[in-house]
Amino acid sequence: MVDKHLSTQFDTELSGISTRVLEMGGLVEAQVAQAVQALKDFSPESADEVLAKEGRVNAMEIEIDRDLSTIIARRQPTARDLRLLIAISKSIANLERVGDEAARIARTVQRLVASGVSSRLRVPMSDLSFEAELATAQLRKALDAFARLDVERALDVLKHDDEIDKEFDGLLRKLITYMMEDPRTISSSIDLVFVAKAIERVGDHAKNLAEVVIYVVKGQDVRHNTPEAVETMVR
Amino acid sequence: MDAKIETPVGERAKLSVRNLNFFYGSFHALKNINLDIPENKVTAFIGPSGCGKSTLLRTLNRMFELYPEQRAEGQILLDGEDILSSGEDVSLIRAKIGMVFQKPTPFPMSIYDNIAFGVKLFETLPRVEMDERVEWALKKAALWGEVKDKLNQSGSGLSGGQQQRLCIARGIAIKPEVLLLDEPCSALDPISTGKIEELIHELKADYTVAIVTHNMQQAARCSDYTAYMYLGDLIEFGPTAELFMKPKRKDTEDYITGRFG
Repeated sequence: MVDKHLSTQFDTELSGISTRVLEMGGLVEAQVAQAVQALKDFSPESADEVLAKEGRVNAMEIEIDRDLSTIIARRQPTARDLRLLIAISKSIANLERVGDEAARIARTVQRLVASGVSSRLRVPMSDLSFEAELATAQLRKALDAFARLDVERALDVLKHDDEIDKEFDGLLRKLITYMMEDPRTISSSIDLVFVAKAIERVGDHAKNLAEVVIYVVKGQDVRHNTPEAVETMVR
Repeated sequence: MDAKIETPVGERAKLSVRNLNFFYGSFHALKNINLDIPENKVTAFIGPSGCGKSTLLRTLNRMFELYPEQRAEGQILLDGEDILSSGEDVSLIRAKIGMVFQKPTPFPMSIYDNIAFGVKLFETLPRVEMDERVEWALKKAALWGEVKDKLNQSGSGLSGGQQQRLCIARGIAIKPEVLLLDEPCSALDPISTGKIEELIHELKADYTVAIVTHNMQQAARCSDYTAYMYLGDLIEFGPTAELFMKPKRKDTEDYITGRFG
């Protein structure tokens, strides 16, 4: 392959670190799905499992960061190698935050179960599940774009981000209606608002990841632009 | 064929290279080079061995004319005047466009005379003024503090890094306009290299600097503009930060990221 470095060791280091980013991505994606499932089942055990994975995710972030510093110190990377390493640094920070959002949902489930409101509380579960599916699909697509350095897929992620935002707005309206109907559920419903917000944040992190992929491939910083503007920038 | 002229935006060109071709006998070593070297900036030339970067540097002050088999075609304009076709004395051109080589080349004489020697060729200065000039040049080259008490000792007794700074002092003592550096740090340790790089940064306030280097990180560290050459062609030329972060050509990227094979 033409794209190999003179130093095969450098190639091994770069592909190794990229693989671990994807591994970390897979882990947090599973965490989010499991946290939403825990809410659906009102299962504190599932919630515990989500929280158990948090340590692993945090450790991965630290390991990858350490290896990044080593590669930069030893190889003095330039151009797209440098862009890739900067991108990885940003990506893992985003992935770690996704893990935090999953943990936030899991802790909410534990609290709801402990407070004994489960029988009374109306959970707009199908909407929450739908929002979560959108968000994890976005995350998967962004990770896929990262793995293949695929600008088209990254653009696709940016274009679909507002669907999650719309879903969040709908959920918020629904939860406000529930709270007005039964004020006793206000406190727990607010917890659900935070769950919906956490899922929406997962979508935002997926978007950040997609922007970083475009930076690696095109060398352009496309943050803080509309998807349409980004599309014209990269074409 | 008229090639694209690489010229930095918003800079004044000190040296303009136009349609430059260079031959070693029948070997075509530089192929239609067109670029402007901006004034009071550091321009670095990088590329694999044999790409023509040193050849280009040596044409910029007609150093190649020392060898009969070599010839250059095209124009090299210093402030608009073609130095290749001009009838001007070549040593006057070299006084305007000084050069420092890969290996330190102190003359076998005292530190003081190393500097004064070149000055005497062009100017007749009273002793006091000559003393001042020597001190000025050594200070510019960041060497004064280390040699001020041993100006009468031989230049070859200095360390490699000091010798190279002595050569730079000798080069600037005759107050050139352009300074050409041909791998000035390749024989030096990292600390001496660091001092020379620091010096290059300071020199550009007064001079236009062109540097050839095999050390890409050095080009990245100390130049404002970088030219990447390959097999006698100028492949890419642009602001250093851009060339090392987001080169326009894939060939350039492959070279600077170490994918060149």
